[in-house]
Amino acid sequence: MSAIKFKVNGKPASFSGAPFRRLLDVLREDLGLTGTKEGCGEGECGACTVLLDGEPVNACLIPVCQAEGRAVETVESLGTSKKLSALQACFLDKGGAQCGICTPGMLMTATAYLREAPKADDAAVRQALAGNLCRCTGYQHIVDSVLAALPRPKPAKKRSSRARK
Amino acid sequence: MRVLSPSDADAAVAAMRDNPGALALAGGTDLMVSWNVGALNGRTVVDLSRIAAWRRIEMGPASVRIGALATHAEIQRHPALRRHFPLLVEACATVGAAQIQNRGTLGGNVANASPAGDSFPPLAVYEAKVLCVSGSGRRVLPLDEVFAGVKKTHLAAGELIEAIDLPLPARPPDRRFFRKVGSRLAQTISKAMGAGLLWLGPDGRVEDIRVAFGSVAPTVRRLRRAEALLRGQPLTPELAAEAVALLPEDVSPIDDIRSTRAYRLRVCGNVLRDFLLEDAR
Repeated sequence: MSAIKFKVNGKPASFSGAPFRRLLDVLREDLGLTGTKEGCGEGECGACTVLLDGEPVNACLIPVCQAEGRAVETVESLGTSKKLSALQACFLDKGGAQCGICTPGMLMTATAYLREAPKADDAAVRQALAGNLCRCTGYQHIVDSVLAALPRPKPAKKRSSRARK
Repeated sequence: MRVLSPSDADAAVAAMRDNPGALALAGGTDLMVSWNVGALNGRTVVDLSRIAAWRRIEMGPASVRIGALATHAEIQRHPALRRHFPLLVEACATVGAAQIQNRGTLGGNVANASPAGDSFPPLAVYEAKVLCVSGSGRRVLPLDEVFAGVKKTHLAAGELIEAIDLPLPARPPDRRFFRKVGSRLAQTISKAMGAGLLWLGPDGRVEDIRVAFGSVAPTVRRLRRAEALLRGQPLTPELAAEAVALLPEDVSPIDDIRSTRAYRLRVCGNVLRDFLLEDAR
């Protein structure tokens, strides 16, 4: 059987086992990327969310053969424990992480949302994150964390920006 | 588990023909759930996801053809579908959430034949045609003739869906609705959902009407009796009440883990009445 080749966090990866092994298991067990968590294992909770060609997907529902030739991004691509990404720092600042199981999935879905250059809109963030369940019930702090990570709108005129000081 | 990965339609048809009992895999959002609990061990799978031609959405002179592998997310983004078939776009936005919409396909949704398939009421009122292909050739099935029961279709062994065709209505409807009723907004299986299109004549009477409900029978149901009653009539509260009273003739909801027969009938009746009397509210 020929190896299944794809990219993980920008680097080439290959897998030579069963083609129906879940992408989730290949990431965690074969590639050692344990940041991605398993919650329900049936596409309900979003804990295992990774980006496939930039789109949020449940890694528990993807046979690794369907990742062939595609780009996978996991939470390990965002930052390190020494240097957090801006989004991760916002989750820390705003209390967006409680028990932590949903957090990697929340971060990846939010990453895709932030790339679409969205507006600061509470309802839009909630809709974007609707496939990620948090059973600590901390949604408000998670939404606040994502909103805090939005790029600050630049002042339209220099004069008005001075006036505010 | 053996996986075959054909890269075009002919190879897919041949793979299905040569491997009786093989499972067709599209986005995997349903099939992988069964696989994960061990229900599909030892089966042969034909992975259709490399057939690029089946992913396309194409506007034709009289219809829009949605490739079976078009995802619920791609359907929501497509300009021709947003313009001409907004009820399907709305329904696709209620399926699971982004992660499912990015993977689940319209062809997979139809082939899976869940009584709670959220795309089905819109497909029913748009009178979708299902384009099928097998070793015996191609055929076109009206949506009504695809579903045989809970999770069962009339597709022959080895037959695949290659596209769903939505004919453009002669003129845009004057009124429309899609409504999904579940326990929460996202990531929920419907207790009931419905879609409707209404055309009014110059005299304000019903020129034509199509209404369908899902999750209230083994398969999606058009309200044929209510539609026949309403055609040619002015929309009065009395007539709407008569149409609502006909509901049990066309749908047969049950008590189950998600809801009750009584609740489902009441919700469908309320949704139908609101749709018919929209102007009066």
